[in-house]
Amino acid sequence: MDSSLTRRRFLAHGTSGLSAVWLSAHWPALLAAADHAHRAAEASIPPKFEFFTQEEANEIDAITARIIPTDDTPGAREAGVVYFIDRGLATFATDDQKTYREGLPELQARVAELFPGVSKFFALTAQQQDEILQTFDEQTARPRRSFRARPGAQNFFDTLQQHTIAGFLIDPEYGGNHDGVGWKVIGREREHMFQPPFGYYDKDYPGWEAAAKEAEKK
Amino acid sequence: MSVDQPKYKTSDEVDFVIIGSGAAGGILAKELSTNGFRVVVLEQGPYLTEADFTHNEIEILVQDKLTNHPKLQPNTFRKTPDEKAKPQRALVYGRCVGGTSVHFTANFWRFHEIDFIERSKVGAVPGATLVDWPITYADLEPYYTKVEWEIGVSGLAGASPFDPPRSKPYPMPPLPVKSSGVIFERAARKLGWHPFPAPMAILSQPRPGRSACVQCGFCLGFGCEVGAKSSSLAAAIRVAERTGRCEIRPNSYVHKIQLDANGRAIGAVYFDEKKNTHLQKAKAIVVCANGAETPRLLLLSANKQFPNGVANSSGLVGKNLMFNSGGTVTGVYEHQLNDYKGYCVSRVLHDFYELDAQKVGFCGGGGLDARYDFTPITFAFGGIPPGTPRWGKEFKAALAHNFTRTMEIFCHGTSLPVENNSFSLDPDLKDAWGLPALRLTYKDHPDDLKLSAWLFERAHAIHEAAGAVKKWSFPPQEQQFGVHLLGTCRMGNDPKTSVINPDHRTHDVKNLFLCDGSSLVTSGRGQPTMTIMALAFRAADRITALAKRGELGA
Repeated sequence: MDSSLTRRRFLAHGTSGLSAVWLSAHWPALLAAADHAHRAAEASIPPKFEFFTQEEANEIDAITARIIPTDDTPGAREAGVVYFIDRGLATFATDDQKTYREGLPELQARVAELFPGVSKFFALTAQQQDEILQTFDEQTARPRRSFRARPGAQNFFDTLQQHTIAGFLIDPEYGGNHDGVGWKVIGREREHMFQPPFGYYDKDYPGWEAAAKEAEKK
Repeated sequence: MSVDQPKYKTSDEVDFVIIGSGAAGGILAKELSTNGFRVVVLEQGPYLTEADFTHNEIEILVQDKLTNHPKLQPNTFRKTPDEKAKPQRALVYGRCVGGTSVHFTANFWRFHEIDFIERSKVGAVPGATLVDWPITYADLEPYYTKVEWEIGVSGLAGASPFDPPRSKPYPMPPLPVKSSGVIFERAARKLGWHPFPAPMAILSQPRPGRSACVQCGFCLGFGCEVGAKSSSLAAAIRVAERTGRCEIRPNSYVHKIQLDANGRAIGAVYFDEKKNTHLQKAKAIVVCANGAETPRLLLLSANKQFPNGVANSSGLVGKNLMFNSGGTVTGVYEHQLNDYKGYCVSRVLHDFYELDAQKVGFCGGGGLDARYDFTPITFAFGGIPPGTPRWGKEFKAALAHNFTRTMEIFCHGTSLPVENNSFSLDPDLKDAWGLPALRLTYKDHPDDLKLSAWLFERAHAIHEAAGAVKKWSFPPQEQQFGVHLLGTCRMGNDPKTSVINPDHRTHDVKNLFLCDGSSLVTSGRGQPTMTIMALAFRAADRITALAKRGELGA
């Protein structure tokens, strides 16, 4: 089954908690909305980038892969975060275009300052990449050599960090978190509705009255 | 949108124009149209319905789909009147049909008796303009019951020994308990306290045309896709439309109350979606635009007769703003709570609702609740322990481990009224329509901060007794951002010290009524929406009686 269809599945099958009256009243409109969302999700990994050049995309992808790295579980790369950001910069985050356009070259300038002879972030080793990103944190070890403070680069990294998180954790129907890998990592089940018991502590709850009596005894 | 809706001409003098369709406006629209009156509701935001509500966090967090937009409606902040205010996003409120009740948490406590008579009980509080309400809990009780039964509130009567008297049980049982609720309940009982199932304006059983809660987990901040959240959109607006006498007119930004030469309101002037200006005529006007926009509208409507703003002879329009104090204490537990599933709050505690001011050294009280109000993205920004790196392996590990194991205890408390705390018109900054932006002036009363710290200690004790692996909070700080917007056109008997009378009628303009968070005289202990809706039901009764006696004229 195509797991990106959770909302549609919810509408089609997850009807136990819904009143029939409500469903009959809202079915057509909801189905239309679900279809729309599904088409958007299918288009979420487009063959071409809308905003980034391929080279910029390589850089962004490499940075996001250090923000949420791939280890024994998937990271930003597997979640297709770079595609989410690319789409975002062409749609909901057009205000941030300038931040990316101006900030990425400034970050690359920092790469060249700290690792002479290298001009691209993605060309560094993972450890070197982390050293670059550490320069954007407030309290970290001093970098191997001094670099020129560039506020544009700081702003760019802060924005990219936020966009990476959003692209990793957003509901997969909205153009990021490809195949729900972000939710798998954090342990969020990919359902559109849930039923109790929800977790470890409520699974043996005896009910309000019984719990109250139990408490009295103690 | 209902096909039954009438379309009134702006020149057609309808019985009532209601400005704002939120918690109060929606109820008043329902009640007044049901009582036979011809009503036009002018709502600043768009008309969205269940089909428009999604789980898209970008729409909510970045695009402000349901709320006021900081670019179109900027505001400024300063702590005290002698400072120059600086642009800052200072408030978030619903900007759509149904208002803030569309996206709220739906915590639905009643106020208690003390909230109406605190001044008499504790005496004067230095630095606060604390006064009693002109009405009591007993006056409002029938309307609290009406809210519960008419819009649908789930809960368990008698479960809290601190509950005020009630004339009827809840119409439906509480929602299922969450892991956070069980942890909270067991630990609080160990400490000798009295947790109880949270009263929530969320359906635990279906109602005609509305589903019971399906526990989707996208509650706070989001519109309910299945109509289970008892917003005024789901529970009142549609009833109003079905009367065939009520027109909901969205995308209508009212910016002036039009008065005639005799000081009588004749209509509301508004921008439509294309920024064209219209005057909707009406026999009477009810402003339900919220505790920020209602005073702003009165101030914007200043004219020769009312140079300081319409209905502002007291000078109190916009003043005595209260946000409610409080904050969260977060805890991480050994096993998975999976609290991301479902609605936010399943257990509440009211042992500290009424505190002995002599003993604790401050005036006020509060309630604690067990909650999880994060979505995946907001958790990554606000849910992981302080000191965790914001990127890299450790960040990812914290996210992966804690998302399912975290819960919060929210401390809700009093804000004392302080006259300087206010909304006013910014002298420089304009909104996207060229009108003065809201200026917020706010500095918490010192007692509010003491109360927060005191409640935080109790919340820590609960996490401790529950065996939390890790817990943390941040010291209470002076607020410069608010979502509860209360007290800015307070109710009272004396025209010199209040803006509206107990009928919600402005002291100065006979056919102008205000009903929303601005009407509140005290802040309660948090969770004001229940009281706002109860006041709206009561106001509808009072206004209907006045209209039937022919007393709305000049």
